[in-house]
Amino acid sequence: MKAIHNASAVALTIALLAPNASAEGKLSLFHWFEYIPQEMLDRFTAESGIEVTMDTYDSNEAMLATLKAGSMGTYDLSFPGDYMVQIMSDEGMLDTIADGELKNKANIMPEWLEVPYDMGRKSSIPYQWGTTSFSVNRDVYTGDISSTDILFDPPAELAGKINMLDSQGEVLALAAMHLGIPQCTTDRDQLKALDAQLQTSKQHWASFNSDTAKEVLVSGDAAAGMIYNGFSAKGRLEGANIEYAYPDQGVIAWMDNAVLLKDAPNRESALKFMDFLLEPKNIAELTNWAQYSAGVIGADEFLTAELRATPENNKPADSGPAVFVEACSQEVQAVYDKIWTNLKK
Amino acid sequence: MAGGAASGGKAQTDTYKEARTLLLLPSWLVLGFFVLIPVFMMLIYSFLTKEFRGGVIWEFSLAAYDQFFFDRGLFGDDAPSIEWTYINIFWRSIWQAGAATIFALLIGFPTAYFIATRPPNSRQMWVFLVTIPYWVNLLIRTVSMKFLLRDQGPLNDFLMGIGIVDSPIHIINTDFAVQLGLFYSYLPFMVLPIYAAVERYNFSLSEAAADLYASKWQTLRRVLLPAVKPGVIAGCILVFVPSLGSFLAPDLLGGAKNFMIGSLIEEQFKGNAGNWPFGAAASMILLSLVLIVLMLSARQQNKGEGV
Amino acid sequence: MAQAGEDIKNYPGFMPITLFCLVVLYAPLLVVMIYSFNESKSITVWQGLSFKWYVDVFVGPESAKFKEAAINSFSIAIVAALAATAIATSAATGMLRGGSFRGRGFSFGLINLPLIVPEIVTAVATLIFFSAIDFERGYLTILVAHIAFCIPFAYMPIAARMQGIEDTYEQAAMDLYANKTQAFRLVLFPLMLPGIVSGFILAFIISLDDFIITNFVKGAGIETLPTAIFGAVKQGIKPNIMAISTMLLAVSIVMVTISYFVGKSGDKLKQPPGEK
Repeated sequence: MKAIHNASAVALTIALLAPNASAEGKLSLFHWFEYIPQEMLDRFTAESGIEVTMDTYDSNEAMLATLKAGSMGTYDLSFPGDYMVQIMSDEGMLDTIADGELKNKANIMPEWLEVPYDMGRKSSIPYQWGTTSFSVNRDVYTGDISSTDILFDPPAELAGKINMLDSQGEVLALAAMHLGIPQCTTDRDQLKALDAQLQTSKQHWASFNSDTAKEVLVSGDAAAGMIYNGFSAKGRLEGANIEYAYPDQGVIAWMDNAVLLKDAPNRESALKFMDFLLEPKNIAELTNWAQYSAGVIGADEFLTAELRATPENNKPADSGPAVFVEACSQEVQAVYDKIWTNLKK
Repeated sequence: MAGGAASGGKAQTDTYKEARTLLLLPSWLVLGFFVLIPVFMMLIYSFLTKEFRGGVIWEFSLAAYDQFFFDRGLFGDDAPSIEWTYINIFWRSIWQAGAATIFALLIGFPTAYFIATRPPNSRQMWVFLVTIPYWVNLLIRTVSMKFLLRDQGPLNDFLMGIGIVDSPIHIINTDFAVQLGLFYSYLPFMVLPIYAAVERYNFSLSEAAADLYASKWQTLRRVLLPAVKPGVIAGCILVFVPSLGSFLAPDLLGGAKNFMIGSLIEEQFKGNAGNWPFGAAASMILLSLVLIVLMLSARQQNKGEGV
Repeated sequence: MAQAGEDIKNYPGFMPITLFCLVVLYAPLLVVMIYSFNESKSITVWQGLSFKWYVDVFVGPESAKFKEAAINSFSIAIVAALAATAIATSAATGMLRGGSFRGRGFSFGLINLPLIVPEIVTAVATLIFFSAIDFERGYLTILVAHIAFCIPFAYMPIAARMQGIEDTYEQAAMDLYANKTQAFRLVLFPLMLPGIVSGFILAFIISLDDFIITNFVKGAGIETLPTAIFGAVKQGIKPNIMAISTMLLAVSIVMVTISYFVGKSGDKLKQPPGEK
């Protein structure tokens, strides 16, 4: 079908279209924004002859929504976070990788092989893992940042200059940690407290943005912001005097994964790309760029010394726990949706 | 729709009467198939049951409209009361779009009038000047607006440089920024229809009024304005309607802090919520709102033409 | 009286407002143009004149993506505008030269439907429709969606032009034994041409500029310039985006200038009221 589209495009616009003659194979990725360097895709194309196209999204939920709204069967791989792998698997959106189909599967670190959301890695491979909390511009605020109060009950210097991620799952999870209540709780008083907390905190927040989370901190448009650890490290390397916090209440941990989508139009290419990502050298190159952590044996030796030493990647031993976001039941999710709408109404 | 009032007029001749159906058929087919049927489907979807995390179940349900109009508490089992959340979102959108329309009218009317009263051969050049920015991608214009309005952006640099303000004015991520963005996005839509109306205006009417000792401002208000009212209404609609459903300006300039109708609808299909029937219902309510505005203005338009 | 006549037209304050209006319209574009020549990667610091971002657009790491997006955008815009203009010309002839008939109001409403329905609603509705009929999203879905919503934009100037053409021209041709097809081809069509050109250009620009609908109906890996730019600017404006914008602005100015001169040559025949 895709070929037909391309053919019609060529036919319709002979004068303008240079036909893609050399394509040996194709690969269609649905990926997070700014999460893989173009150079790496180019190298994959050079090595395999497979042409890669990529669309981007800015939250797990947006990816799910787009796929459910008729995009299944058009992408080969997407890169959901842990809880979203579970959801997609429950929705029947993932294909199963048979034993032996991935020749580099043995490279997956044991602790990332038996993961609750995909036991034995039947449909997914680890991509990058990291944490989400917040960063503070140290030129603006020099005080203690070891509490989630920075976001939810900020000091005067930061109030009104805070950017939040535009991601329901992570904002609500962090708010729950701030209040010390369990995620996806069914306790009505706790849910009410969560709603009330967000209502009070909202007055201190300037914007909701995920894809500009780094940019607003670098440009100084925001003085503090909820952000992923590696994204913050990149911001710091771009010259912003920002410090990533590991608050006492804890941080959100996440593992993004490459998943094989059901009805993938280029299944073979997708598996090749997964193997490519499981090569220690390749995933290390990606990790050096993205500034998070890999889940592949042998990748460490290719990591730069700077990356291994970044404060963003080294969680202090005395900081709070790292907690994965949970997928809530339909009933709790309905309440979460309400709270989120209340927050943005 | 500015041209709509004009081109919707009566057919002048029936030269091609026999071929009429054939001539109209392509437009009926394309628009019927790719606009009318989809909108109709959306109407149907708004009465279906939502599927968890996106999609619909083919069972009749009023849940989407119920969610829009009735508040049943955080857990959905309180006694229903009026739900203000979405009404407020709609009201905010109306207010933002309305403010943008008023800004556009305040700036656009004098501009259109000024252009229309230039010598005929230089008018084209002025119109040209006003329309060029409109040919630049809306996205880029909105983003550059954001860049311009930043706390450390060129506007604040300029204002502080000439000493009007001491510290940067905080504009970005406020309602005002959204209104400015909408105003800026659609300003030419206000200028052009008013320009067309003023250009057709017979200035001997103003002269007659002046001969009767009407002051200039009285002439403007009592003679000119009623005469060019259709152009003004067309301009207001062309700014108001697209502003109402816009989500670029709220997202980029308003910091995505508050839902507007456009972002609320988008959220249901591409964001967290994944509630298709609700998104469809909100779309239908928005469409009804637009149709009401159009009908009201059509009545005004007819009254205006009666004068 | 001529002096008084001029005076009665002028209102103090209107000219400054007009100039203010132009400043407001052009300031953001000027910023884009200036910073597209900035040596620095930062958008906040000026580090001297440079063309490197223009080079970057053509040979930089993202050049392949933008080239493909530009090809998609322009090919879709050309085909969509051609189709929309043909459909609109045909529809305008039917509407304005077809006598009165039942359903004329409905037909007029249908033609203008894309202007009445807010774009976000059209976008979502089209998405639902394509996904319901299992029309795989890609180049073709963008193209048909663009053809549909470009029709009213092409129709407006064409119909306005046609209304200004007296039917005596065709009548005269037919009195001279031209059949109806000949009358259309040899008389009406040349007279309508300025309107048709304006309609084509309007439709072309509308298609080239569209983001919302395209974003909803595009398929995997297919980008148009606006969606590619959106993807890039969401993470902060980069100078190469400003360079692309400046070039697009130049293209647009050329297009508008062409339509201006074509319109001018058409004016010699007859200036229909209200047409620009």
